[in-house]
Amino acid sequence: MPTQDHPAAANAFVADDAHAHWHDQALWFIRAKRDKCAHGLAEWEELRELAAQIKQHTVAHLGDYLEQFERNATRLGAVVHWARDAAEHNAIILRLLQERRVRRMVKSKSMLTEECGLNPFLEQHGIEVTDTDLGEWIVQLRHEHPSHIVLPAIHIKKEDVGELFHRELGTAKGATDPAYLTEAARHRLREKFLAAEAGLTGVNFGIAETGGFVVCTNEGNSDLGTSLPPIHIASMGIEKLVPRLDDMAVFLRLLARSATGQPITAYSTHYHGPRPGCELHIVLVDNGRTTLLASEEFRNSLRCIRCGACLNTCPVYRRSGGHSYGVSVAGPIGSIVNPSRDPATHRSLPFACTLCGSCADVCPVKIDLPNQLLTWRQRIAELGLLKPSKRRLMHFAGAVLSRPLLYNVAGGVGRAALRWAPRWLVYNRFNPWGRQREMPLPPKETFRQWHSRQSRDDKPSSS
Amino acid sequence: MRVGLFIPCYIDQFYPRVGIATLRLLEHFHAGDVEFPAAQICCGQPMANAGCVADARPAAERFVATFRPYDYVVAPSGSCVAMVRHHYQGLVADEAARAQVQAKTFELCEFLTDVLQIEPPRGQFPRRVGLHQSCHGLRELRLGSDSELNVAPFNKVQRLLANLEGVEFARLERPDECCGFGGSFAVDEEGVSCMMGRDRIADHERAGAEVLAAGDMSCLMHLDGLIRRERRPLRVLHVAELLAEALGLTISD
Repeated sequence: MPTQDHPAAANAFVADDAHAHWHDQALWFIRAKRDKCAHGLAEWEELRELAAQIKQHTVAHLGDYLEQFERNATRLGAVVHWARDAAEHNAIILRLLQERRVRRMVKSKSMLTEECGLNPFLEQHGIEVTDTDLGEWIVQLRHEHPSHIVLPAIHIKKEDVGELFHRELGTAKGATDPAYLTEAARHRLREKFLAAEAGLTGVNFGIAETGGFVVCTNEGNSDLGTSLPPIHIASMGIEKLVPRLDDMAVFLRLLARSATGQPITAYSTHYHGPRPGCELHIVLVDNGRTTLLASEEFRNSLRCIRCGACLNTCPVYRRSGGHSYGVSVAGPIGSIVNPSRDPATHRSLPFACTLCGSCADVCPVKIDLPNQLLTWRQRIAELGLLKPSKRRLMHFAGAVLSRPLLYNVAGGVGRAALRWAPRWLVYNRFNPWGRQREMPLPPKETFRQWHSRQSRDDKPSSS
Repeated sequence: MRVGLFIPCYIDQFYPRVGIATLRLLEHFHAGDVEFPAAQICCGQPMANAGCVADARPAAERFVATFRPYDYVVAPSGSCVAMVRHHYQGLVADEAARAQVQAKTFELCEFLTDVLQIEPPRGQFPRRVGLHQSCHGLRELRLGSDSELNVAPFNKVQRLLANLEGVEFARLERPDECCGFGGSFAVDEEGVSCMMGRDRIADHERAGAEVLAAGDMSCLMHLDGLIRRERRPLRVLHVAELLAEALGLTISD
């Protein structure tokens, strides 16, 4: 994979100032809705703490709970498959579909299948996959990837959707009315649902004690996609587990409030085994998750329930767009989990962050995201993946900022240069600070110079 | 009581007035013997936040060695204090000394409020103030409640200014969004950084702020850089400068 250059992609996004502000406002609106929900529940912080503890416990006993889940799911009549990585996941699903001569599959939202690149893989093998979540379908029709894990088409304006639907579905040219466009999508998707021979869903929560699982959507598309075709395949990351059914009382209250500022998703569907006469397959996927599990520093990122709250609140994500991260899961949590798969490719992500800390305070499972991002910066430096110019600059800064003589000389030279150098020498393409900003105005003397002068002046009078 | 005054490197070099105002405030509120140990330089944050632990270590070691003899260490920067308090583990060899210094290092407003326990002072500042809540002070030191958490609202910085005669606080649309400075982020991610800064400034301007005040000069260095480039009428002031000015303390020469 080519190295993702977040700053370059972000600068391109920011260059369209009106669009970047629109994107920021759209996500801020959702963050504000989330705040209203969070502040409306007296027990909010207690729920977060409970959720964090439940997930922490589950992650600590993941192997046991996974086996319990497999036993109980099998008992209910589901077939459980284990996939070490994306390739195994895709191969299992292809085999299931080919054995049953499936040529058309509908799919509800699953970021895991995005992570595994399932759609292009199945299409290569002649299977038509239709994403039935409206946002995901829009993105699919545009041959793009979701830019947000909950709001896949948040980067696209309704005018662009109107244009796309005019081209793809034959809606009226120039139409932008969301109700009209949604109705058109509904009709076309209905045909896809009726023709599908298999339905695939993601999993929000797998329940170890029952072997059932829960899928949360707002559009009911996963329900339709699993009610019509005779085969239901559920792709599930191994971290999606909770121990007990009762735990849903905590997580279902947190998920939608954190994600979109709704009390609950419109549909929270519990699946317990296949429908009569039908098949249910659950594919449990590792794909790097056990690497996180083995790492003391990044382990608690496995608590993530993919609500997207950290994306919505992140001031950098809101202004750089999900695609600038070049990964299926963008934003703060993505900047932690992706480098663990491939630090070299994703080296710029942990630096796409001001360490403002907002993500940690919205996270419903209390992942210490800023600390993990900071730790990733250290790992990237240790792996020798920092830009040589930055490496040298920090080495120099470390020396200057720990040796008084060097510090005083360098400070003096720097301030003199700022004061006396012609503008072009200070403000040029080698100085990114100065492209849109003025440098600080250097004072005549530093604090320490002032202080030692004061002490000198004071001494005769005080003695 | 011996108080060691820590004036962060960039304040020393570029904003000596903030250091002087801090010293004057500590004297004004009878903080004890306030000393400025000349061996100090930097907390090490610039290097640490870039991931360069080895390069941050000497600065952190120097900080701990310099300030160990004092009863308290006070700095006019939430960010530097958060660095010392929360990120020194593994940077300083002497664990006991590290823990001691961490426990007695305070941000200025926090020190006035929690250690000296002063009442919000009377003074004069007939201006509409936009208070920028710098992130590390807010979310690492918890100088106030942030908009994300469902906790009882409090704000140590604003409380210190609340009794000043004539002061008004601008009501921001986003009361605690980051300004976009972020250390080397400001240059690595220049586009997003400047957009964030301009968005903050616009929020303060819409709310009618005449003075944009903050507890961290680093945020203000970034915001002031944008303000001066665009020749906007906003004036930036560190909270220490604002308080000193309101109390009539001399901070020039």
